[in-house]
Amino acid sequence: MEPVEGSHEHSDYIGAKIGMWLFLFTEVLLFGGLFLCYAVYRHRYAQDFHSAAHELNAVLGCVNTLVLLTSSLTMALAISALQKNRPGLSRFYLWATIGCAVIFLGIKYVEWGAKIHHGIYPGSEHLMANFNPGERLFFGLYFSMTGLHGLHVIIGGIVLLCVERIVAKLPRGEDPGESGTVTIIENAGLYWHLVDIIWVYLFPLYYLLT
Amino acid sequence: MTEETGKSFYETGRPGIRGWIFSTDHKRIGLLYLTSMLTFFTVGVCLGLTMRLQLMFPGHSIVPAHVYNSLYTLHGVIMIFLFVIPGLPAVFGNFMLPLMLGAEDVAFPRINLLSWWLFVTGAGLALLTIFFGGLPDTGWTFYAPYSIRSGQNVSLAVFAAFILGFSSILTGLNFVVTIHRLRAKGMGWFKMPLFAWGLYATGWIQILATPVVGITLLLILVERIFHIGLFDPTIGGDPVLYQHLFWIYSHPAVYIMILPAMGAISEIVPTFSRRTIFGYKMIAFSSMAIAIVGYLVWGHHMFTSGMSNTARAVFSLLTFLVAIPTAVKVFNWLATLYKGSIVLQTPLLFALSFIFLFSIGGFTGLIQGALSTDIHLHDTTFIVAHFHYTMFGGTGFAFFGALHYWFPKMFGRMYKEKPAKLGWLLMFLGFNFLYFPLFIAGFMGQPRRYYDYLPKFAVPNLVSTIGSWILVAGLIVLAVNLIRALRFGEKAPANPWKAATLEWETSSPPPLENFVEPPVVTQGPYDFVGKGLVKG
Repeated sequence: MEPVEGSHEHSDYIGAKIGMWLFLFTEVLLFGGLFLCYAVYRHRYAQDFHSAAHELNAVLGCVNTLVLLTSSLTMALAISALQKNRPGLSRFYLWATIGCAVIFLGIKYVEWGAKIHHGIYPGSEHLMANFNPGERLFFGLYFSMTGLHGLHVIIGGIVLLCVERIVAKLPRGEDPGESGTVTIIENAGLYWHLVDIIWVYLFPLYYLLT
Repeated sequence: MTEETGKSFYETGRPGIRGWIFSTDHKRIGLLYLTSMLTFFTVGVCLGLTMRLQLMFPGHSIVPAHVYNSLYTLHGVIMIFLFVIPGLPAVFGNFMLPLMLGAEDVAFPRINLLSWWLFVTGAGLALLTIFFGGLPDTGWTFYAPYSIRSGQNVSLAVFAAFILGFSSILTGLNFVVTIHRLRAKGMGWFKMPLFAWGLYATGWIQILATPVVGITLLLILVERIFHIGLFDPTIGGDPVLYQHLFWIYSHPAVYIMILPAMGAISEIVPTFSRRTIFGYKMIAFSSMAIAIVGYLVWGHHMFTSGMSNTARAVFSLLTFLVAIPTAVKVFNWLATLYKGSIVLQTPLLFALSFIFLFSIGGFTGLIQGALSTDIHLHDTTFIVAHFHYTMFGGTGFAFFGALHYWFPKMFGRMYKEKPAKLGWLLMFLGFNFLYFPLFIAGFMGQPRRYYDYLPKFAVPNLVSTIGSWILVAGLIVLAVNLIRALRFGEKAPANPWKAATLEWETSSPPPLENFVEPPVVTQGPYDFVGKGLVKG
């Protein structure tokens, strides 16, 4: 890699990309701690994890997976539209992505609501009285991991809203590549795909391994 | 040439406090870190002094037992999270790295400012526990299940540590990108100063290890609020899992603490022996080797917590392995000194004492890395002495060495040599009186973290407490000398030590843009002959 001259106001495309990927590493490792807990307790309480997974609604989980995968597609389309200097189209796809995020969170709310309604939540008397230790940990991890993921969906949605505003304020006729807006939307896209891929791992671990 | 030329960064930029706390200039951010960090260091020293006073005689009590628990917790949290971990990278890394690379600033100046704000926020939250809910009493490691059950405000403290971790990640990320992208023309990887190599290795550890402790501390918070039970055996969890997660970060973190320190020593030693560094590449690679192997040794903190014999043997072996790249550095420093034209000035005194004290810390680390002896020494004051020899005798002495080395560059003033040497001597003597007796007491069996002890440990503890006074006297002499120099010190020339790295080619203190002309690098960082600093 060739070193470049430094400047206070430099817009270094490769530098910004390296920075974003390094940040994504940290996100992966943040979730990594939780995946490690999952692995340890799945190994220790294989039978309990197996039976507890029956309580989750695989249909809703499937729908949510489809919603998030679609959102990744619209995100990629939004980036590609801006790269081809079509900000209007890019904004349309950004709104579609944000819409998917809202649908995902809505379905997640319904799922969590049903669980909590049935007395399945960390620290509940029902959970302590009628479930095995492994099943309690399964639900504890389920709420922690989907909760942290949900938080990332919310943050990602807010980031996309900001990006939408930046694209909307682009002066007419200006090349979005020149002003660094393409770098911004690409990095926001990378973040969104990360949120997506974490769900791609969460979904089979919680809903399908029954 | 604009009118600004010739003015230092102190004289350009917004005036007043806002010009500092909202500045994205790496030099100002470095100084912000320096002031905030020295404040926390002073608080940490006072807490340590109080602990030593409590332990002066057996049965002698100036604080109740539960207050003592909070004292060592706070001392650990402040010294580790607010001083030693951010210490060299945040202060000297921020100030010097762009200068050493010939850049105008770090890669992301605004993120750099954000990381300082996160640092101050985290520190503020930690101090808020004084007023809300009581100081944490768990020790800086926040071991479960006690940290989940303690009635003190552990929640706020772990959240503060999480924020501080985030600040550290952003600093590391910034440095890694800066080193990749902003090296001056002609500066290949192997023409970088070794301090930059140290920061590069550190940056990677900060990025790859800190998030794990982040999530672990958040889990403590979640456990306290929602009772998920991951670390609580009554629900089904396992407290030892917490220890694993904690040390997966916190052992690499000790290399976050020491690698930049070793980098600073690698700058000081060649400068004051007027000789190119011996084994440049080996020092650079050994930093990376320490970073990688240091990742795999965390289990040695849990030899007595219940682990399979295979795991214990593997962790013990890997622990011994880390000593090899460390020894490579020590031998290279010594070889650099050999036949050098040594100038025994204050920074070199700190560097030499670093090598001496860190070697003691390292060797006693091997004693604990051995499975059989660790059973005997675990949780005794031997451990306390060991990690103070590495963290304070190592990183602490390197910090003060670096401060005396770069002080003229940062403030444009020279300090007086004689008081600095006296301060160093007091500090060095006091340090050894303070911590060496703890090796002996620990070997005899005195447990750590107790507010009292059996009469048979009386002598080493009394010596240790007296040592703490000598150490603090040394610190005061150093502080007075430096503060005096800020006002009355002689104006510093651009290169007072005749050093060969790039930061000395600009004026002291540097202008806002660091270099009037962007430098072009043709020689290695320690080419004293090529730069005409030493006759060939």
